[in-house]
Amino acid sequence: MTELALKYRVSTRRSAELGLLVGAWLLGVFAWVLVDSATGSSSFGGWTSLVSAGVLMLIAHSVIRWQVPFADPIIFPIACALNMLGLAMIHRLDIANAVRAQANGSPKPTPDVYLQITWMAIGLVIFMGVLISVQDHRRLQRLTWTAGFTGIILLFLPLLPFVGTVINGARLWIHVLGFTFQPGEIAKVALTIFFAGFLVTRRHSLSLVQTQLFGIGVPRAKDVGPLVLTWVVALMVLVLERDLGTSLLFFGLFIVMLYVATARRSWVLIGTSLLAVGGYFAYLAFGHVRIRFDVWLHPFADASGNGFQIVQSLYGLANGGLFGTGWGKGYPQLVPFAKTDFITSALGEELGLAGLVAILLMYAILVERGARAAIATRDPFGNLLAIGLTTVLGLQTFIVMGGVTRLIPLTGLTTPFLSYGGSSLVANYLILAILVRVSNSARQPDLTTAQASDGES
Amino acid sequence: MNRQINRVTAGLIFLLLALIANVSFIQVFDAKSLRSQPGNQRVLLTEYSRERGPILLSSTPVAQSTATKDALKFLRSYPKGAAYAPVTGFYSMVYGATGIEGRENDVLAGNDSRFFVDRLQQMFANRKPQGGAVRLTINADAQLAGFKALNGRTGAVVALDPTTGAILALVSSPSFDPNTLSSHDAKTIQETYDVLNADPNKPMLNRPLAMTLPPGSTFKLVTAAAALESGNFAADSVLPGPASLDLPQTSSSIGNWTGKACGPDDKTTLKDALAMSCNTAFAWLGMKIGANAIEEQAKKFGFESSFDVPMTAATSHFPSNLNEPQTAMSAIGQYDVRATALQMAMVAAGIANDGVVMQPYLVAQILGPDLSVLQNTSPRAVSRAMSSENAAILRYMMVNVVSHGTGSNARIAGVEVGGKTGTAENAPGESAHAWFVGLAPAQNSQVVVAVVLEHGGGATEVSGNALAAPIARAVMRAVLGR
Repeated sequence: MTELALKYRVSTRRSAELGLLVGAWLLGVFAWVLVDSATGSSSFGGWTSLVSAGVLMLIAHSVIRWQVPFADPIIFPIACALNMLGLAMIHRLDIANAVRAQANGSPKPTPDVYLQITWMAIGLVIFMGVLISVQDHRRLQRLTWTAGFTGIILLFLPLLPFVGTVINGARLWIHVLGFTFQPGEIAKVALTIFFAGFLVTRRHSLSLVQTQLFGIGVPRAKDVGPLVLTWVVALMVLVLERDLGTSLLFFGLFIVMLYVATARRSWVLIGTSLLAVGGYFAYLAFGHVRIRFDVWLHPFADASGNGFQIVQSLYGLANGGLFGTGWGKGYPQLVPFAKTDFITSALGEELGLAGLVAILLMYAILVERGARAAIATRDPFGNLLAIGLTTVLGLQTFIVMGGVTRLIPLTGLTTPFLSYGGSSLVANYLILAILVRVSNSARQPDLTTAQASDGES
Repeated sequence: MNRQINRVTAGLIFLLLALIANVSFIQVFDAKSLRSQPGNQRVLLTEYSRERGPILLSSTPVAQSTATKDALKFLRSYPKGAAYAPVTGFYSMVYGATGIEGRENDVLAGNDSRFFVDRLQQMFANRKPQGGAVRLTINADAQLAGFKALNGRTGAVVALDPTTGAILALVSSPSFDPNTLSSHDAKTIQETYDVLNADPNKPMLNRPLAMTLPPGSTFKLVTAAAALESGNFAADSVLPGPASLDLPQTSSSIGNWTGKACGPDDKTTLKDALAMSCNTAFAWLGMKIGANAIEEQAKKFGFESSFDVPMTAATSHFPSNLNEPQTAMSAIGQYDVRATALQMAMVAAGIANDGVVMQPYLVAQILGPDLSVLQNTSPRAVSRAMSSENAAILRYMMVNVVSHGTGSNARIAGVEVGGKTGTAENAPGESAHAWFVGLAPAQNSQVVVAVVLEHGGGATEVSGNALAAPIARAVMRAVLGR
């Protein structure tokens, strides 16, 4: 492959990637050191873990050089940087929890950061595995129906007796071999593959063959049926599992992919109206939806009850101000679920607006790079798949961060790469691997044209 | 498809920009109001993590912070406890800060702009941030003498240095222990607070500053000052002093506490009327000089004004638009006249300081964390209440009250003490308030004091001389060192 690059003088930008990776690693290590110095704790155990994470990142980089030399050089380092920042914050919150346990005289809690580093390692291994095993993303199209069924089954798993577990009021987890796992996270990747594979074969009939309903062109049931069925089942399951964030994410993903596939703006219109109607009915039908909505509008009305989480989150952000309190110098542990859903307010408190904007810009760059791969790849399946996965990343970030900053009602989701949580981390590295693979084919010199031009010279 | 992908990307980027706009709003524009939300623990935790500066008398602390091992790194303690509670206030994680703790919080917490240079040094030297100190004007002997003399009875004592306005004693009784309210145990704090709050004697009330009561006969000092300032009366001016004075326009009358006339032929002098606290003479005098003259005189002494010492004292009140009988009642400190102990001390201070009333203050100095002086309070005159000559005449009349009149219990051997007793009547069936306002020595006064025992502090026979004068005497002796 590199011979190809040399031959056609295409810059692979792999050294830039290596530089950014080192930067990402140093960012996390630097943050870790600042946390330790500010809290007066020393964690030699952390050092071996950090070095192992760095080594794994380098190995992943080598796999990229070997398997996808033309891949986008920014996507992977950004994910690593976010992951490293997340580790530092989880480490910082571990220390706060240990201090609190000591003050209360309760036994020292097991730090979460080492488990998160383990999951990071698993995520990186899966990332490399996908790059090696999926030599061409178009092969995933063959898995369209498999992915669809897998997605639905994964979504159903937590509802089964014995394996399903309820954590914090949502039935989203399964217990396997002592691990808790959120299969919905993997389902979102599977369903994106399904949507992309299905839509790419039906997009013409979806956009061209229509029947008239109330004067609006509507696609035939035959074309849209399986899609709607999948979507309804997915949403039903999520309602049963009481997970609003993932419902919203699936809905947004569904609309975006339909719109991109059919180029019909009416889908966006119909989708948004359906969302409004659905939201209204959910508000009327479900107590927990109503509470979420009321808390969003009036968080201080019940600041020590239902509004506690969001109010604490806002206090944290306010305490951070423009430049933050500095690593280890704030009180992020006062916000419930600071390691998972509310890691944004923890980072906002200690890194301030400056740090939070930097993090949000990293997500913006990730989205922009994903979209670039989506546009540049030469096959419609690749287009759809890449924009779908990019939408999952961008939309999930918006839904969770918007929730904890009271831009939109609060719904539980993890912040991609930052939050504590193995399933989420593994799923996001899976998404990343596919995006990197698509970006490789997008940036790879077209052999046929290259050879043709070669012949001309 | 590319056009759609571009649009979707633009949409996603827009959402992320909306997030940036939103956090900018929260962290910059909304941050201040969020920080001041009640129940925002972070502000408190930040404050507690810093060593709060002490509140000092001359060099002994009455409030100090000591390092602890719990999450709130410093514990506030009050070594002298309840005696100083009306001055220090408390510093509670549940109920906020009161007293000097509350009013001088910026200094004590180290947030004050006067610490800017110091904060820079802390930053460069990587020292832990530390608050500044507040040095009080309180005279420890006088404060303790007043607190001991009140001995748990419901009342207040204020002592001032008349030449500067410095508050030498600010006693409220019954008091409370600020240590319990400033602990790190929210439950204990709440329980203690609830008990104190439910106590009918209101131990957390800062009586010398907050409690306005009818001043009774001590207000005759104001009426006498107004009479002297009118130019129509002197100390030996003859006034009518019958046993009972019919009030015009009504069927009621004012009588003397002795039930007798204040002199032969129902006549007395201004000096004697003050000495024996002759109600009929002062009621007549009030009607003679008029309500407006008394109101103006009262305002010059500080009535109808609010003073921040730095705690805000309640405004003392002299009613307006009075008819003749109301004027007669008000001239002897009854009807709707209401004054704080601080206000009555300021009346005495004006008389003692040759007619000039000084702004009362509690904070003598603001000190940096290293106890270097950052700011000295400079005394400030509030108003000229009377001429220097008339002030001297009124002082001489007050000395006569103690040496020959109703204020005999305030006498101190070897010192010319001036004073005025008061027994302020309440609603029928309620016992009266016992007052004493004093100054010492009569020439170049070093201390003025106002004492009030609400409802006579529970005594059956209420008299200013019997109940309040001994307390004033004890405080004045403490200041004078005799």
